[in-house]
Amino acid sequence: MTAPALTTPGVFRTCDVTGRKIHRQAELLVRANAVTAVVALLIGAIAALLLVLTRWQAVHLLPADWYYRLLGVHGMNMLIFFIIYFEMAVLWFAATVLLNARPAAPRFGWFNFGLMMVGTLMVQWAQWTGRADVLFTSYVPLRAHPVYYLGIILFAVGALFVSLQFFATLTMAKRERTYEGSMPLVVYGALTAAIIAVITLVHGALIYVPTLLWSLGIIETVDPQVYRMVWWALGHSSQQINMAAQVAIWYMLGALTVGAVVINEKVSRTAFVLYILFISMASAHHLLVDPGFGPAWKIANTSYFMYMAVLASMIHGFTIPAGMELGMRLRGFTQGFFGWLRNAPWGDPGFSSLVLSVSIFGFVGGITGVTIGTEQINIVVHNTLRVPGHFHSTVVSGTAMAFMGVTYYLLPLIFRRRVAFWGMAKLQPYVFSLGVLLLAMGMTFAGSFGVPRRHWDISFSNAPYSVEFTPAVDLMLAIMGIGGILAVTGALMFIAIAVKSVFFGERIDAITRGTAMVGVPQGLTHPPVHPVDADAKNEALHAPARGIMGPVPGTIVLVAIFFIAFVTYYFTNWKLLSFLWKIG
Amino acid sequence: MLTKVHTGLESVPGVWWKPAHKSEKVWVGIAFVWCMILFAMMPLWHWKGGQNPSGIRRKVDPKAFYERTVAFAAQHKIGEDRGVPIVAPPPGSHIYLTAMAYQWYPILQLEKGKEYVLHLSALDVNHGFSLYPLNVNFQVIPGYDYGLRVTPTASGDFRIICNEFCGIGHHTMVGRVIVVDEQGDVVADNAGASLEQEGRP
Ligand code: HEM
Ligand SMILES: [Cu+2]
Repeated sequence: MTAPALTTPGVFRTCDVTGRKIHRQAELLVRANAVTAVVALLIGAIAALLLVLTRWQAVHLLPADWYYRLLGVHGMNMLIFFIIYFEMAVLWFAATVLLNARPAAPRFGWFNFGLMMVGTLMVQWAQWTGRADVLFTSYVPLRAHPVYYLGIILFAVGALFVSLQFFATLTMAKRERTYEGSMPLVVYGALTAAIIAVITLVHGALIYVPTLLWSLGIIETVDPQVYRMVWWALGHSSQQINMAAQVAIWYMLGALTVGAVVINEKVSRTAFVLYILFISMASAHHLLVDPGFGPAWKIANTSYFMYMAVLASMIHGFTIPAGMELGMRLRGFTQGFFGWLRNAPWGDPGFSSLVLSVSIFGFVGGITGVTIGTEQINIVVHNTLRVPGHFHSTVVSGTAMAFMGVTYYLLPLIFRRRVAFWGMAKLQPYVFSLGVLLLAMGMTFAGSFGVPRRHWDISFSNAPYSVEFTPAVDLMLAIMGIGGILAVTGALMFIAIAVKSVFFGERIDAITRGTAMVGVPQGLTHPPVHPVDADAKNEALHAPARGIMGPVPGTIVLVAIFFIAFVTYYFTNWKLLSFLWKIG
Repeated sequence: MLTKVHTGLESVPGVWWKPAHKSEKVWVGIAFVWCMILFAMMPLWHWKGGQNPSGIRRKVDPKAFYERTVAFAAQHKIGEDRGVPIVAPPPGSHIYLTAMAYQWYPILQLEKGKEYVLHLSALDVNHGFSLYPLNVNFQVIPGYDYGLRVTPTASGDFRIICNEFCGIGHHTMVGRVIVVDEQGDVVADNAGASLEQEGRP
């Protein structure tokens, strides 16, 4: 096939840092999606502040109707709009920039962006005017205005088409030989995300189309249990899109900030394949204490068929730090176990975001997730505040943090602007992560005392029978509240930086290597290149004489600590469960 | 020969299917075994453990279930609290609890150490059964009867919090479960709720 676009002047530009060819339309699509994502983040963050100040019972800010309304607004804007628009940007970026390729049918790309926008506006309208007070899960027979369901369908169809365009772009790039050999691992990760997105969005259609018809009165009923099952095949599988996208970004940030290497392509790629294979089972761990399913179904599905997706995550949990460690060692930071970490660029917001994202996701989100998704342990967790405690430490301090981190690199690379408020940018990942960590901890511990999620008033002042939680709960909710305020501050810092940079930022015409520049992360001014003898050094580090610790002793210590924490937390929860009433 | 040193941003020329280092193999091995343990714990707990969400599960017409609950409540009623009947069914029997916006019906009075089959369902929308302060949680779905064998192991005055959003009055939806000990004594009412005991032996 001939590629006229390749020869048209002005369609591509060459990046002066990476030397990659960047297609103008692709670049614009990345920008439009990323900017929309940030707007959604802003709406979600404002709602978050009001919510957290309501759940903090001592403050109890909002009236009941606005608490529930904004809870829906927060869920949709954060989990759906912010995350998915950003993922659309990642797909466009990975398929074109990383492969030096042109986007397949950019006009169709704009059409899909428009479709998603229309859908988004419909949902916002329905939610803000109180026509969809059903929370983002909209469990039937709670009923919202048809426009709400239609909006979600349009949004999902747009996203589905973009995923298909991603495949088309990859195919074209392959055919036009824009790269040699196998596609980069980061693109492979994005491909995983796109495949899962297709599976997920098909489930979305399966559930929202009947629900729309039901809300219009065309069909009589939608079974509430079937709804929950199919809805979560959308709702949770989409977390696996996030997971794959986030892991791809981890590999990318590792490469950009410290020259992280891929320690073994086979291992990393196999782990991505495991995600794809076992993904559609993800809905089960929301249904563990539901009446519609038996134990065999629950066990097989909640474990993603014997925890093969957990295995995949544990593999990435090793290969990501290991790649960073090896990259640093090859660049000469060889002292002791952790010389590579001590000498890492902690002031680079791309790097600190990466480390915070990986560690909080792994140590808090991952461990709690596997534990509370255990069939029986879920009895003491389901619908308590422990659940939002868990997912704020995955999708927020993991995925959202990773997305923010990569933005610090996209601003100079794609938007060609300096990162504004550079001093604040260096601080932002720490503020946001610490905030979310406290928020998640507060929620988790309050939830262990039975404090419900999605609940306006745990003082139960209007309830017929009084309920008094132990005073420890007040403390936990205060921690949640303070953490939440800090997290929202971190999010607003990010938004301020992003908006200022994109719309009013100082243009960068050229990045000079070797001199530090305000507003340009060190990975771009001082690219972490490997020495010419890197291959020889690598062989030496892999020499059998170095034994099991091999090339990455520091990582081995880290994963050992992780493993001990995991085992301890897991069995402690079984022990606590055994104290309950007998139930069966 | 290892693959040429490269990052995740670079395409990989040639064959990348190369053996992993021993440390990686060992980690993948440990992770795999751990995953099998995670998996085995669930069937094991069904076999040896005391807390499982299995139960008897069947589909049911929501109205029929509610009527069944009302008949059951009338049959074993021993008192009333805020207009909700207090019901003391015999140990070993099937007992019924209907969730509806924004009420749990009826109030159950159980005996410590005795087994009951607790049937949960909803009349209108999804609700969440959350037993306070024990923190035992089940999803309650209209059209589905969840029959759980329960044995209270401690006496007390318990609450049922609704922990699934069911509408604007969701946060007022609190119910009550009373567990009496071997002497038949109701423990002190920790909520100050008025408990009329006229029907009690
Ligand atoms: C910026 C800091 C954030 C704060 C302070 C925050 C706080 C909260 C609070 C207080 C709740 C309500 C919990 C309840 O009452 O049940 C909540 C729910 C939720 N949050 Fe966040 N959040 C933040 C960011 C995010 C982000 C970035 C995402 C997704 C990417 C997210 C996803 C959700 C979801 C899905 C819910 C559940 C909504 C529901 O139950 O219907 N949050 N959050
Ligand atoms: Cu409720």
